[in-house]
Amino acid sequence: MTTTRRALLATGAALALARPALAQAAAKVVVIGGGFGGATAARVLNRGGLDVTLVEVSPTYVSCPFSNEVIAGLQPMAAQRFGYEGLARAGIQVVHAAATGIEAGPRQVTLADGTALAYDRLVLSPGIDLRFDAIPGYDAAAAERMPHAWKAGAQTLLLARQLAAMPDGGTVVLAVPGNPYRCPPGPYERASLIAHVLKTTKPRAKLILLDAKDTFSKQRLFQSAWKALYPTQLEYVPLAEGGQVSAVDPDAMIVRTDFSDYKADVACIIPPQRAGRIAVVAGVADRSGWCPIDPVTFESRLVPGIHVIGDAAIAGAMPKSAFSANVQAKVCADAVIDLLAGRAPGTPKLINTCYSLVAPGYGISIAGVYHPAGGVLADVEGAGGISPLDAPMALREQEALYAADWYRTITRQVFG
Amino acid sequence: MRVAVVVVWLLAGPVGSASAAERPPPGATSCAGCHAEGAAMGAIEGRPEADIAAALAEYRSGVRPASVMSRIAKGFSEEESRAIAAYLARQGQP
Repeated sequence: MTTTRRALLATGAALALARPALAQAAAKVVVIGGGFGGATAARVLNRGGLDVTLVEVSPTYVSCPFSNEVIAGLQPMAAQRFGYEGLARAGIQVVHAAATGIEAGPRQVTLADGTALAYDRLVLSPGIDLRFDAIPGYDAAAAERMPHAWKAGAQTLLLARQLAAMPDGGTVVLAVPGNPYRCPPGPYERASLIAHVLKTTKPRAKLILLDAKDTFSKQRLFQSAWKALYPTQLEYVPLAEGGQVSAVDPDAMIVRTDFSDYKADVACIIPPQRAGRIAVVAGVADRSGWCPIDPVTFESRLVPGIHVIGDAAIAGAMPKSAFSANVQAKVCADAVIDLLAGRAPGTPKLINTCYSLVAPGYGISIAGVYHPAGGVLADVEGAGGISPLDAPMALREQEALYAADWYRTITRQVFG
Repeated sequence: MRVAVVVVWLLAGPVGSASAAERPPPGATSCAGCHAEGAAMGAIEGRPEADIAAALAEYRSGVRPASVMSRIAKGFSEEESRAIAAYLARQGQP
């Protein structure tokens, strides 16, 4: 008998001895985090016949995808908000409370009010926390003057209001962090749509895009569009030219780099990030701040019985996107169903597609196919890539339409 | 061997009968993120298996022009594509 088999037998016997009353009951899975990842996982697990509790502190979800369009006044905020009634109707127990403790030994989640939830397996989809210790001067109070708007909601509306109120001739400074962070092309879509607002409503105003790196997602597509559409509105400053923000002064509205001080009328600072707080509480985040996972099951490399999906996970070549979170949730939930049934999960393949708008009616995309290789999720060679660089305008219009339709489809599927 | 069977049975204990449902082949669950009724990308669940398999083969070879699917289809072998086609064709049917 192998060690693994011995261990399995011990686990199985312990389960059988400890929970005789559960022999006929569905296994319990708790999902923490009700975004694109967690809400999808809850649905798939529920359809798989499991007893699912979704723990999400907020009664309303506010979507980050398409929130750049809200900032630019192209989409109403109401189109970003989703409730959890659809999940509850499907038979998922939705608990609007903060999870404050996780005990991996007895497999129990504690909520803020002291309620304890037992689980056979736990799925964490906690998203990101913004690091308010990373840029000197940029803390939670500073974000009220210089919004990050990297978690959609009040911050999105704040940036939209500041932008609308800015006089013509003003300067917008947008700061982008180094990798990894939520939504790799998102800052560049935001820069594009802000430049569109300036071009159409404040022709003498300017956007300075400060980047803590030299290369980014869909770079050639963005930069060729910027050259064509926003030659005077958008100035890109990469790391090599001093783009990394070293400090901010929110009272004086100054964004500093090692080379220059930028006086801003509107400053959007997207700081470095890490996995949401509950990942640290659970002990599934490593020193990088993110969560190492098994690429087949998304089970934590650090704590057995806990799976991590979405932006919080270290998913190798997969970007931190809503599309990725949705797909990872399905693969993870199917693996959890298999594991609880004593079956070995199959080796998955996962797809990601991310659309960005560089202007209304002008969409670009990046796609990828991923598989477990060498212990991580790696690119499938020969697949994926960005939209063609020399495409006719009809393709850009088509991809803008695909972007809008993807958003409608995914939000209906997850929250509808 | 007998030990392994016992272990599987024990672990299988707490789960409902729905666990016997068909497992999706690699990649198949990703498709519904875009493909749905009313979307420009169109629903594919429940469409004829041969049509889906042919479309994937044509996207993979580049015969059929596409913005995104040509990039995605290249990530799947002929066999994987056929398994996805068979699975999607069975979805959405009573």
